[in-house]
Amino acid sequence: MLIKKQYDVVVIGSGPGGLAAAIDAKKSGADDILVIERDVELGGILLQCIHNGFGLQTFKEDLPGPEYAQRYINEARTLGITFLMDTMVMDVTSQRRLYLSSRDFGYLEVDAHAIVLAMGCRERTRAQVRLPGYRPNGVFTAGTAQRWVNVEGYMPGNKFVILGSGDIGMIMARRLTFEGAHVERVLEIQSYLSGLSRNYVQCLEDWGIPLQLNHTIKKIMGKNRVEAIEAVAVDEKWNFIPGTEEVIPCDTLLLSVGLIPENELSKKAGVALDPVTGGPFVDEHFQTSVPGIFAAGNVVHVYDLVDYVSMAGSEAGRSAAEFALAEKARAARYIPLVPGKNVRYIVPHKLDKKALEKGDISLQMRVTRPIEEDVWLEVRGDENSIVRRSERYVRPGEMVTIVLKPKMAAEVEKTGKLTVDIYPKSEA
Amino acid sequence: MEERNYICTACPMGCKLIVRMEGDEVVKILGNRCRKGETFGRQEAIAPQRMLASTVRVPNGFHPLLPVYTKGSIPKRKILEVLEKIRDVEVMAPIKAEDVIIANVIGTGVDVIASRDMPAKN
Amino acid sequence: MEASVQEKYDYIVIGGGVVGAMIARWLSRYEGRLLLIEKEADIGMGCSSANTAIVHAGYDPLPGSLKALMNVRANPMWDQLAGELNFPFERRGDYVVAIGEEELPLVEKLLQQGIQNGVPGMMMIDAGEMRSRERDINPDVSGALWATTGGICDPFQVTVAAAENAVINGATVLLNTKFEDFIWEGNRVIGVKTNRGDFYARWVINSAGIYSDAVMHKAGVRPEFIIKPRKGEYFIFDRAEVQIHNVLFPVPSSRGKGILVTGTLHENTIVGPNGNVIDDKEDTSMTKEGMDELLDGAKKLIPSLNLRHSIANFVGLRPMGNGPCYTPGINYNNDYVIEVPSSVQGFVNLGGIESPGLTSAPAIAEMVVDLMKDAGEEFVAKKDWDPIRPGRPRYAHMTHQERKLLCDMDPRYARVICRCENVTEGEIVAEIHAPVPAHTYDAIKRRTWLGTGRCQAGFDMTRVVAILARELGVSPFEITKRGQGSEYLYRTTKDVEVANVN
Ligand SMILES: Cc1cc2nc3c(=O)[nH]c(=O)nc-3n(C[C@H](O)[C@H](O)[C@H](O)COP(=O)(O)OP(=O)(O)OC[C@H]3O[C@@H](n4cnc5c(N)ncnc54)[C@H](O)[C@@H]3O)c2cc1C
Ligand SMILES: Cc1cc2nc3c(=O)[nH]c(=O)nc-3n(C[C@H](O)[C@H](O)[C@H](O)COP(=O)(O)OP(=O)(O)OC[C@H]3O[C@@H](n4cnc5c(N)ncnc54)[C@H](O)[C@@H]3O)c2cc1C
Ligand code: SF4
Repeated sequence: MLIKKQYDVVVIGSGPGGLAAAIDAKKSGADDILVIERDVELGGILLQCIHNGFGLQTFKEDLPGPEYAQRYINEARTLGITFLMDTMVMDVTSQRRLYLSSRDFGYLEVDAHAIVLAMGCRERTRAQVRLPGYRPNGVFTAGTAQRWVNVEGYMPGNKFVILGSGDIGMIMARRLTFEGAHVERVLEIQSYLSGLSRNYVQCLEDWGIPLQLNHTIKKIMGKNRVEAIEAVAVDEKWNFIPGTEEVIPCDTLLLSVGLIPENELSKKAGVALDPVTGGPFVDEHFQTSVPGIFAAGNVVHVYDLVDYVSMAGSEAGRSAAEFALAEKARAARYIPLVPGKNVRYIVPHKLDKKALEKGDISLQMRVTRPIEEDVWLEVRGDENSIVRRSERYVRPGEMVTIVLKPKMAAEVEKTGKLTVDIYPKSEA
Repeated sequence: MEERNYICTACPMGCKLIVRMEGDEVVKILGNRCRKGETFGRQEAIAPQRMLASTVRVPNGFHPLLPVYTKGSIPKRKILEVLEKIRDVEVMAPIKAEDVIIANVIGTGVDVIASRDMPAKN
Repeated sequence: MEASVQEKYDYIVIGGGVVGAMIARWLSRYEGRLLLIEKEADIGMGCSSANTAIVHAGYDPLPGSLKALMNVRANPMWDQLAGELNFPFERRGDYVVAIGEEELPLVEKLLQQGIQNGVPGMMMIDAGEMRSRERDINPDVSGALWATTGGICDPFQVTVAAAENAVINGATVLLNTKFEDFIWEGNRVIGVKTNRGDFYARWVINSAGIYSDAVMHKAGVRPEFIIKPRKGEYFIFDRAEVQIHNVLFPVPSSRGKGILVTGTLHENTIVGPNGNVIDDKEDTSMTKEGMDELLDGAKKLIPSLNLRHSIANFVGLRPMGNGPCYTPGINYNNDYVIEVPSSVQGFVNLGGIESPGLTSAPAIAEMVVDLMKDAGEEFVAKKDWDPIRPGRPRYAHMTHQERKLLCDMDPRYARVICRCENVTEGEIVAEIHAPVPAHTYDAIKRRTWLGTGRCQAGFDMTRVVAILARELGVSPFEITKRGQGSEYLYRTTKDVEVANVN
């Protein structure tokens, strides 16, 4: 595989958002599409969400996460999209240059006509931070445990308490039970469930796992490994209610306290972020505040249904393709002005061919050395001379101007670059 | 007459269902916002069904585990038994998504199938 | 490491904190076999990795105390030390900020004390100046002492770098090795008994930090000396949300230097420490009361600080001793003990090395060598002693060009494992096989700063455990967070007969 220097659309992240964006960008006419994924395989967080409940809208089927991802992966592969895995995007500029750190290709620089940000989200950890007590091992986010249990095949504990009634936490409660662990309790500080009620039924109620609303953790016990947690009831202002403390022996505490969009890269690109969602401000095409940079999926705001992530990805991909094609066409209209014989530089550096139809364009330049005799100033296309005029002398201290006229437009249209030479007539 | 309360899990809406029973028979279902809810409520009252997802070992797999799921729902009371069956199974990579891993698992008429492609370890 | 383990040494240092590491580094200049033993799974797990990280100017300790002497002597040594050992260090200067007119005289008194201690480069600045230097400062600021020689460092890096330099020069570091008792020949110490066997030496040096009282009592020295832990709790803030660059002290009280707000070399802001005397030398738990105390304290200097932006906390225990003042006649009972006791031969005794112990460590090491010389030890300088401990690449701080070169050399540097702090597999592997190896998650974390960002290891943890297992050639079940008893994993999935249904 060869990594090009320039792509039409670069998609960062291969979760459902990124895959849908890449597929629809391709279908909308963008040719060169690169999807960059820091994991060793495609699919994003869905690969560890082995439970069903995905795709009811898109496929009218009740699919597990990996299967939902698989369908998009297969489609993207047949469309001939380029994938770069085990590669982390380190930096993105507002000029749409990306810096990549790739296990197989080293440190790379890639330019894109359009970019789709699809980095997904990360799990919150904050709640744990203000918990008094030791910092033993055995406090994990539910997603970390999910990766261990479902992908790597390890159990990070035997007796669990789960803080937070988010979907990932409830789903893990059932998953852990199926793998022979005990889930002692799910504690939720709010007075209502924060995940879906269907998950409450299937994951907790079905398996007799107690949920306590208006409860939180007062203290983590154990120095090296969690030995117990002290649960406590809270009032409506989340103050602990004295006398309601209960010590629950366990070896692991899972945190399922929410997700936040992952936007470190967006910030580097100068993308403006909404302090409420934590994701970029976007328009209806999912374009961010930086032209040509689009964003889709959980990177924008946290979705609860993956089908909507795919829909957003598709729209972002289409818009990115449109932007990229326009950008490419615009770029193709430009031809460079190349300093030739005795010319040090020319301003402007490049020329919009269409601009010549509207009127004169003067090229300003300086020579590299004085020539104290009659000289030709000549503008050449790829094949033939376009204009030539004479001067009695040229000197580096005096700027030289050549004017291109609308009548030359047809000649200019045909060429890939314009070269300017200045030379003594005696040498002609 | 008996009234039972369920939460419909047929879609994320999670309607609160009231199922009126006359002995073993469902006479009325209230609270559902669509037809699927009615089917769900009836089933939940008589013979609750669930989809099941888990993993099986793939000793030569790119990952040590292959995620699998039941291609349809199975009786809730059979879940533990199916899990046990799944625990005993070992498969060899490569595997394609939707490959059948256990056909007609414990006679439920439902297949356990692969949730993804699983290449072999390189 | 194990290959070089022997029974007989010339010098044994007990305790791998910054003081023990620095002593080992100083001793490694001389001929002789040198062993450093540390009871934990890594060096620097005591207060040397849980402190405020300040290289103090020296205006704070009482004139005439050994603390003052060591602090002022050590402060100018740090530039060369950082250069030779390649650890991060910056002389940012520090401020003692007076809030309200009534605090101003106290700050002026500190200035005088500093002059008496021989501290150079101090001056008073007025309220306006202080506000312009720190825009979030409490508007009631009335002036501040500015000490230009104050600095900040990464104290754990300092400890590792010093110990590694000793290893580079032939020393042996044994982790998970706990001093239990001395081996005697008459009144001469000739070795130590440990959980991993006996080791003999001509000199044993006690730098066991908070347990140095227990160690010296085993030698029959200073039975009246006791160490009381004083707990210091801290909050760390998200660098994306809170940016305090300066080192800001409040006016000190009888309970210590007070709760400060300071930038770190990792560009995070930290708040702390408080200082409550406790009994349990292992109690590094964070308390609810402590959290409230910190917030109140911090708000005195920076009223806008919001706890919501804290991402972590930590606790350090100050090894406060009851040693009499170094200068006789001064009524002060928390001074350092650094001595070759006359009652025991072959024993160097340290105790009560609390703040400014990090700052003082190089001067303490120098003093230990001098005391040994005074006691008749004839040191022979090594001809090939290498003062340099090479630094290792830190991907996060490199330019695009540097990264490209590094990745071309070793593709493991191109694989980013910690997404928040941009730590690569190459860096992790390098630490696992370094002169003082990192064999636990926390050991890697302290060396590379991985897992300390916003996601607090949520992403990297599973990957780091796998890399550790692979590099050490052990099963992932043996990988721990910080030594035995802090394992990550219990068993594989699928190996339980039936699901446990409640
Ligand atoms: C632990 C967890 C469990 C979830 N469970 C459910 C569930 O059960 N049901 C549900 O509907 N939704 C669930 N979600 C929400 C789920 O994330 C979304 O539905 C959906 O997967 C989001 O898709 P995405 O493409 O936006 O992000 P993701 O699927 O997260 O994909 C983002 C991808 O970007 C890559 N990436 C990020 N930064 C970089 C970079 N700098 N360089 C290269 N690659 C990068 C990541 O590796 C990842 O593969 C869960 C989310 C999490 C975090
Ligand atoms: C909250 C706080 C803030 C501080 N702030 C600063 C500051 O800003 N600037 C400053 O200069 N100083 C500061 N200090 C002081 C500084 O941290 C200490 O003085 C310094 O770290 C002491 O180093 P040490 O090597 O003596 O102790 P330690 O780091 O505690 O090392 C002693 C080592 O000995 C080991 N050990 C103990 N018993 C045995 C045994 N039986 N066998 C083997 N090994 C053993 C321990 O495990 C430990 O690793 C602060 C201290 C605290 C607690
Ligand atoms: S009744 Fe219909 S709408 Fe309501 S939860 Fe069930 S499927 Fe959804």
